Amino acid sequence: MHIPDGFLNVQTWASAYLISAGSLSYGIKKSREDLSDRQVPRLGVMAAFIFAAQMVNFPVVAGVASGHLLGAALAAILLGPWSASLILTTVLAIQMLFFGDGGFTALGANVLNMAVVAVLAGFAAYKLFSRILPGALGRNVSIFIASWLSVMAAALMTALELGLSYSVHQVPVTLILIPMLGWHMLIGIGEGLITVAVVNFVEKLGFAGSRPGGGTEVRHRHEGGL
Amino acid sequence: MKAVYKVLLIALLVAAVLSPLASSSPDGLERVATDLGFIDKGEGKNIIDALIPDYLFPGIENEAVATAAAGVLGTLITFGAAYGLARLVKKREAGR
Repeated sequence: MHIPDGFLNVQTWASAYLISAGSLSYGIKKSREDLSDRQVPRLGVMAAFIFAAQMVNFPVVAGVASGHLLGAALAAILLGPWSASLILTTVLAIQMLFFGDGGFTALGANVLNMAVVAVLAGFAAYKLFSRILPGALGRNVSIFIASWLSVMAAALMTALELGLSYSVHQVPVTLILIPMLGWHMLIGIGEGLITVAVVNFVEKLGFAGSRPGGGTEVRHRHEGGL
Repeated sequence: MKAVYKVLLIALLVAAVLSPLASSSPDGLERVATDLGFIDKGEGKNIIDALIPDYLFPGIENEAVATAAAGVLGTLITFGAAYGLARLVKKREAGR
């Protein structure tokens, strides 16, 4: 859901840049407290994985629409929300600069939607549901719900920004909201399934320091949460 | 091999092998913008000329190979950028 140049009016994309810049500088301050030497390569690798996975569009309705992993909940669950924001911002900046995916003017909005709001929504939902739902199954259900909600939150933000840019296309916000949320309800199912699979797989590999011996680091990370 | 670099290897495999198999249907936002008739507002408006537009490495005829090459390169650039950024953020802490 990368917004290209031309979709947003100046007021909207400029405001989004300001809000994103503020959120990111807060996120950088917070992630300084979280980042250890061991975390640095993990951030690089998680960003690389999300970039690669975002290239793999899966069909939602064959021949009509597709979606791809967003990765905001994935990164937030594995590395905490502040690192996740840095990761998603890096991915979005590279996609825009090198691949023409998402516009230069829209980068602030894309960061706000996918690197800030999706990350915080996914992380908050994960914390909430994993506390309520017990056991390994409960955790996986929590990961699924968090991932689905992160996509819905980003889609809602995108629709609202497009709605604020009425002067560009003369389409009222309600007409944008309904199909944006409708399509992303389906795309979010893919997000949830992929995120559950990837979290379980990379934790088995020992990626997030969650192997025996890595426990203290995991606890520290979660204390630095929201 | 350290677990973290196993995941990097998986990312490179995803970029090289899975990305050429990706669905070429419009994504959610493109679908909505097309159906509501404003997709053209974003066409030809790119402010920055991308080096590798549409995830196709320029000069490679075969589309699958061009996509895989773009994917592998992008994955490596992203790894380097995020690694560097994380180190920068962390270093500042050490000097505080």
